Amino acid sequence: MIRLEKRPQPSQLWTVLTPVLAVLLTMLVGGIMFAFLGTDPLEAIRTIFWDPLFNPQFAGFTRPQLLVKAGPLILIAIGLSIGFRAGIWNIGAEGQYIMGAICGAGAGLAFYPADSVLIFPLMILCGALGGFAWAMIPALLKVRFGTNEILVSLMLVYVAENLLASVASNLLRNPEGMGFPGSRNFKQWPAAHNAELISGTGMHWGVAFAFIAVILAYVLMSRHIQGFNIRLTGEAPRAARFAGVNPARIVILCLGISGALAGMAGLFEVTGPAGQISIDFNSGYGFTAIIVAFLGRLHPVGILLAGLLMALTYIGGELAQLMLGVPGAAIQLFQGMLLFFLLATDVFTNFRLSLGRKEPA
Amino acid sequence: MADPLLRLRGLTKAYPGVIANDDVSFDIGTGEIHALLGENGAGKSTLVKMIYGLVAPDRGEMRMNGAPFAPPRPSAARSAGVAMVFQHFSLFDALDVAENVALGMEDPPKPRDLARQIREVSENYGLPLDPSRLVGTLSAGERQRVEIIRCLLQDPRLLIMDEPTSVLTPQEVEILFETLRKLKSEGTSILYISHKLEEIRSLCDTATILRLGKKVDTCTPAEKSARELAEMMVGASFATPEARAHDPGAVILSVSNLSLPAPGAFGTPLRDITFELRAGEVLGLGGVAGNGQDELLAALSGERLAPAGTIRLDGQDISRANPVARRDAGLLSAPEERLGHAAAPNMSLIENGVLTAARREGLVSNGLISWPKARAFAEKVIAQFDVRTPGPGTAARALSGGNLQKFVIGREILQRPRVLVVNQPTWGVDAAAAAAIRQALLDLAAEGAAILCISQDLDELMQISDRFGALNEGRLSTIHPVAGLSIEKIGLMMGGAHDMEVAHVAE
Repeated sequence: MIRLEKRPQPSQLWTVLTPVLAVLLTMLVGGIMFAFLGTDPLEAIRTIFWDPLFNPQFAGFTRPQLLVKAGPLILIAIGLSIGFRAGIWNIGAEGQYIMGAICGAGAGLAFYPADSVLIFPLMILCGALGGFAWAMIPALLKVRFGTNEILVSLMLVYVAENLLASVASNLLRNPEGMGFPGSRNFKQWPAAHNAELISGTGMHWGVAFAFIAVILAYVLMSRHIQGFNIRLTGEAPRAARFAGVNPARIVILCLGISGALAGMAGLFEVTGPAGQISIDFNSGYGFTAIIVAFLGRLHPVGILLAGLLMALTYIGGELAQLMLGVPGAAIQLFQGMLLFFLLATDVFTNFRLSLGRKEPA
Repeated sequence: MADPLLRLRGLTKAYPGVIANDDVSFDIGTGEIHALLGENGAGKSTLVKMIYGLVAPDRGEMRMNGAPFAPPRPSAARSAGVAMVFQHFSLFDALDVAENVALGMEDPPKPRDLARQIREVSENYGLPLDPSRLVGTLSAGERQRVEIIRCLLQDPRLLIMDEPTSVLTPQEVEILFETLRKLKSEGTSILYISHKLEEIRSLCDTATILRLGKKVDTCTPAEKSARELAEMMVGASFATPEARAHDPGAVILSVSNLSLPAPGAFGTPLRDITFELRAGEVLGLGGVAGNGQDELLAALSGERLAPAGTIRLDGQDISRANPVARRDAGLLSAPEERLGHAAAPNMSLIENGVLTAARREGLVSNGLISWPKARAFAEKVIAQFDVRTPGPGTAARALSGGNLQKFVIGREILQRPRVLVVNQPTWGVDAAAAAAIRQALLDLAAEGAAILCISQDLDELMQISDRFGALNEGRLSTIHPVAGLSIEKIGLMMGGAHDMEVAHVAE
């Protein structure tokens, strides 16, 4: 008989091994799926994982996309991972991302067409505040009334989406846009444009902030007492209380950080790659970042790698749709498998398989 | 005489590091109310779990009406006629009484029939209960009735009740006893687990006393005095303690009129607790589990804030201070529950050192933790308190209970507290380690710290305390010097509010 046996302590080896194993299993099962769809599995996997970076024909276009896509994913996932470590499940980063974009863009557009170097920093600040404020709704409700932050933050995503549709066609609509919904295009307003910092790399301010966030989160979680308190709250809430950690403060801190980072990501996106507030400028980064956070083992460096990998499957997935005619749903399934296999293999971090019969208890 | 209903012979069950039941044999007769009496950790629950099919004995056999009885799982025990009412109920608040009863049955009858049956049983046995009421609206006593009726509908031959009166008001206790007597008159046997001596003397026909997993005696409780029962429960070895030479210093900690509401459904409110703790002394607080021990520790550690002015350390009011501020002021504590409360199971010993010692040991500067210092501190605790572990990087949950306890106590002692509050410092710890922990506490007191030791081990309290008090339903008895305390007096102190009044008058 096969049994799972709890390890005396989490296996270091498996913590590192599970993401790799999950990727390999996804390739394997995904390959079988592609075969059933009538696509050559090897070619599909090569198109998804290899071509975006190294295909001589389109790597020049797709390679910068890697950072463009990975930047917001990493920035959001870093914030989420801090909360997840504390057992605070912010599922509504998508909403905070939208609100950050709206607030940051709105703050900037209020000064249009001014040409000050202060405008872009102000927009970043307002973007962060917008996401922060949106995250404070579930935070304060949880602290005050004990509501479930998963439900509240998730439902606020849909509120934010409707707000986005509203401001795109009313409040922030481009007055010179001939009545079409959508704000002014930031690409045509240098003071507010989140331009590429190094040409041809996809590196913009959002990516830079993502890298900074990785470093700061690493220091916070591994060296700082607040990070210790956050981990302690997640591991053993009663022990945290005993240690003197104020649970309400941890809720506010975690949701605040993740909201602010998601808001910033939204602002960088709307002023950069997206270019304008439009009805549906958000593209699900806030939800995908949840997968990235777990794929990266909630560890900053892991998230950095996971964000790049996830971005790769996005770009590669689009490429596969384009080149091989694979349906979009199959690509989403492929990405979903990644999380599925990660969670499945994760069991082995804390348990080991043991063969043989269990002696009667 | 015919075969008894249930005959237990040589039942033995060992868990890693502790023998929960050691060669226990006794009989439960038909139509008998049989008490199972013993302190916490005496092995009562393990024994009952074996009868109910939750754990299998390592050795020994059970016979029911002469036939071998070895239920592999609770459903087998139930079909053999064994029913059990647990101390903590398993009921759904949002469902009504009938639905809850149906959920616990193997194959429930139609809802309408069931409601009728519930009404019948509740009238027959004097347990008023409306089958259509939502369980969420019921009192603790009424919830227990739901559990009892669920058992009675299965026509049990043996009904096991695990500390049924711990959640009941005195009036509800009377109703329960009537029901149990009626069941007995109809030939149902009852195994009644409790450590309330008076209850057992008035209700039970026979009593089996367990101590440290072994059967001490089976007797007729009505023929014994409460004192004799208590002596058997805590051990015949009980010797009147002698005064420890000590020189009490100034009052360090003073608690006055501390009252706090119960933290949850199964918590105990603290009622008007007042005591003083002097430098160099050990105050021992006894009492049966669940009488406010955890709540008192939480109020002192700062996990729950107390009303202003109730807790003073060196004359400073710290009742509204958080745990960090209290630690800074020198009030340290070690809760009973090691895993999850005193220590985080998945974190290393190094990290668990930081848990309480971060500031007092200077492991943190400018908010940054110095991991080398934290490791050194953990290593110091491990070395000085003989914690058996592969290294300080080991997760707390990988340690045995005794070793983790040594780490937890050592972690606090090495921080040189002014006041140390410990709850069950040697619970589940082997004898050598327990002796080491007690000695460490005494050494700490000798250096001038004040120690509050909450424990259910009377021997331990008599051995290390200078003064002794008991907690009962969240109240603290009068505190007496340990020297010259008799077991009878201790029994009265532990025995409840009514006895306490008598004790006051007698003084």
